[in-house]
Amino acid sequence: MKPLIVLLIVSLMGFSFTEKKGYEVGDTATDFKLKNTDGKMVSLADYQTAKGFIIIFDCNTCPVSKAYNSRIIELSKKYTPLNFPVILINPNSPELAEGESFDAMVKHAKEKKYDFPYLYDETQETVRQFGATNTPHVFVLNKTSNGMKVAYIGAIDDNTRNAAKAKNHFVEDAVNSLLAGKEITITRTKAVGCSVKIKNV
Amino acid sequence: MKNLLLFLCFTGFFSASSQEVIRLKELQQRMASPQQTLVINFWATWCGPCLKEIPYFETLSAKNKNVKVLLVSMDYDLDPNPEKVKKFVARKKIHSPVLILAEDNPSSWIDKIDKDWTGALPATLLINPNGKRKLVQGELHEGDLEKLVNEINQ
Repeated sequence: MKPLIVLLIVSLMGFSFTEKKGYEVGDTATDFKLKNTDGKMVSLADYQTAKGFIIIFDCNTCPVSKAYNSRIIELSKKYTPLNFPVILINPNSPELAEGESFDAMVKHAKEKKYDFPYLYDETQETVRQFGATNTPHVFVLNKTSNGMKVAYIGAIDDNTRNAAKAKNHFVEDAVNSLLAGKEITITRTKAVGCSVKIKNV
Repeated sequence: MKNLLLFLCFTGFFSASSQEVIRLKELQQRMASPQQTLVINFWATWCGPCLKEIPYFETLSAKNKNVKVLLVSMDYDLDPNPEKVKKFVARKKIHSPVLILAEDNPSSWIDKIDKDWTGALPATLLINPNGKRKLVQGELHEGDLEKLVNEINQ
């Protein structure tokens, strides 16, 4: 009986490892160290006073990303002073996606006047860890005594083409709840977006 | 031969496919208990990888009469005017039926199409008459569709 139980546990562990596709809400996020468009390396640990983060997997060329550019800038303006900084990460392989090279990122960040990090996930290790599947794809992280907890995963709001017509502001609601010490009502959403171009290794 | 070509032109063989603006409910009705294997491709005119794989869906529906291809456009999310999709379909001479899904707030209905679908484009969902489903996310390449159709009907 005992070996059977051990076998069952081992097989279940194996199953969970192979099935694991990035973070779920409640998971602890691991820090990363990625190159910013200004050439400097950025980690979550650099932000000593941060209460949490708005991590957005985003890119240069996706029309859905473009539709959200100014909304992302607004999120940063609103939440960086409240110690919830925005960090963008470009997860696309420039070999698979045209216009997504590091140089193109530098140009994009300058054009849009980003005053927050836009990081290059060259090895695609970070996107695999998070499990971002499309751009833009948001992960709100909450800094706790038990580590960096994933508090929200999904879309910025519920209206891609018109910010003014959005009824649900998912990311703002999530961060506001965390700041107020309240429970987040909607922790998981989905959006139509461009698939992340990941190289098969 | 010439007469045959004329006849085919006349009967609309070379004309572009039908394009219909539909709501989620209608799509769900079409997805429920299909008579033949349904191959539903979710795409958009702005999605590069989607446009690359569309010819494979066209070939599949032309070659395999036991398969019903539906190209479901997700353009509504960025542009609610269906004209862009209609013009695109005419210009590219797409034969497979095109459905333009007109629904707001994708987060409220993506799971109703398939729980495993992230919402990223392109995505392809196969449903056979026995109700067996297979979802593939990301760009398909030559030969992939034939393999998927065989697999689901094994």
